[in-house]
Amino acid sequence: MKKTSKFILEALLVVIAILFLSPIYIMIVNSFKTRSELYENALALPSSFSFEYYAQAMQKMNFLTAFGNSLFVTLISLLFIVVLASMTAWMLVRSNNRLSQIIFMVLVSTMLIPFQTLMMPLMQVMGWIGNTLHIPMLNTHGGLIFMNVGFHASMAVFLYHGFIKSVPIALEEAATLDGCTKFGVFWRIVFPMLKTITITVAILDVIMMWNDYLLPSLTLSDKGLRTIPLSTFYFFGEFTIVWNLAMAGLVLSIIPVVIFYFIAQKHIIKGVAEGAVK
Amino acid sequence: MNASKNRAWYALFTLPLLTIFSIVVLIPFAIGIYYSFISWDGIPANPKVFVGFDNYVHIFQDERFMKSAWLTIKFTFLALIIVNVMGLALSLLVTSKLRTSNIARTLFFMPNLIGGLILGYIWKFIFTDVFKYVGENTGMGGVFFNWLLNPDYALYAIAVVFAWQMAGYTMIIYIAGIQGIPDDMMEAAKVDGANAWHRLTKIIFPLLMPSFTICLFLTLSGAFKIFDVNLSLTGGGPINSTEMFAMNIFNEIFGYSRYGIGQAKAIVFFVIVAVVTLVQVYITKKREVQM
Repeated sequence: MKKTSKFILEALLVVIAILFLSPIYIMIVNSFKTRSELYENALALPSSFSFEYYAQAMQKMNFLTAFGNSLFVTLISLLFIVVLASMTAWMLVRSNNRLSQIIFMVLVSTMLIPFQTLMMPLMQVMGWIGNTLHIPMLNTHGGLIFMNVGFHASMAVFLYHGFIKSVPIALEEAATLDGCTKFGVFWRIVFPMLKTITITVAILDVIMMWNDYLLPSLTLSDKGLRTIPLSTFYFFGEFTIVWNLAMAGLVLSIIPVVIFYFIAQKHIIKGVAEGAVK
Repeated sequence: MNASKNRAWYALFTLPLLTIFSIVVLIPFAIGIYYSFISWDGIPANPKVFVGFDNYVHIFQDERFMKSAWLTIKFTFLALIIVNVMGLALSLLVTSKLRTSNIARTLFFMPNLIGGLILGYIWKFIFTDVFKYVGENTGMGGVFFNWLLNPDYALYAIAVVFAWQMAGYTMIIYIAGIQGIPDDMMEAAKVDGANAWHRLTKIIFPLLMPSFTICLFLTLSGAFKIFDVNLSLTGGGPINSTEMFAMNIFNEIFGYSRYGIGQAKAIVFFVIVAVVTLVQVYITKKREVQM
């Protein structure tokens, strides 16, 4: 009795998993088919595996450039977020005065503001900075990175803040007595202890920034600057009807994510769970 | 001397981030409130005319906006139920010590890493061509037809994609909650003669309340703010029947160049998101039990 119920559950799980994966299967098999083959049977395996459409999609999406752009923007943004947010959060926790509390409150409460509420005035501000201060914020990777840092600052500070509160202060005091500056104390002693929460912050931010479409679409207009979601969007605008080519393009844009997932799977699942619970 | 030195360190550590944050979030938010009271078409040379609350009055008479608000509520409700029922069911399945548990968990979470835009495109193909194909070849044309051409089904289609994306995410959070329930508590209940259903409703559910709080919050705000999937899957169509809140705001500002009205909508959007999520967190937090 017990065994049969376990078997039924097991079978159920397998069936659900297959259903869950079917879109991925459909995407992959159709990326190899010719057009007539695709319309004949959208579910069957392709008769031959040629990478013709991949080569075409790669070229039309400017895939390597887009990949490089995405990687650059995501990693540099992340670097700034981790460095600046951890420093800020540490200061806020260690000098726990009225000002720190207010800053923390403001940061946390702005997490509720949807992007749509900020996008238009943000573009005005960025345009203004470009026109009057002559720092090009629009249509540059630097500007996009700047905005990424601003948008992801509050959540990163929030996560670091919660973590640092549980880090014992004794070590820091000892180092201060030994003549370490605040800068030295933070980078030599505190930051290495923040490793687990840094991984959580990194994973959450990488997922969000890598997949972000709306912000880059508003800021970047040059073809050569496009990130992967942007080039996918424009690619689709031109080739929606050519589904086999489109599927090859989609598989390409998913590959980096899947590789990232299988390398860092444990950290990702843990990071996502922790980030949400806090 | 020491105090001013400390203040300098404080500034050095916090100001870089706070400056960027202010320029990107706080200032645009403040300017955004101002923009919601003016009439402007977005062209710098054209005048910005102060119109008071006219924009706010206008948007509540805007039928398309009200329709999209209603649509968003309908969608959010639908998504909330599907995503959480699925996430909870998956988490219970995966934690019942089956041989395939680990791999299944990995697979269920994967769609969450793929961006909404790309997910929408994958499913666009499935709903248009694969569904049609299956319908024609199995005789189940009543279920399998092009969902994206029918206003009602197009909304369900977005809900399906959203569920595919979010179910694994909520599953991870429910798993963390389930694993936090002590084994001996379950054993004790078993010894006392509680059946599976009782264990589920009398022990697991009450102890999972913190997980419910988080998952409901995440799905609620995610569904309410949905944009990417909406854009790539239906583009708001057919004939604006699936244009949701976020997309309506986007179109108003960047499509029709009515910056003032669009921004007023954006402010209303913010207020609704804030109120709904805070109320939800307040209600579910109150029902959490201490172990």
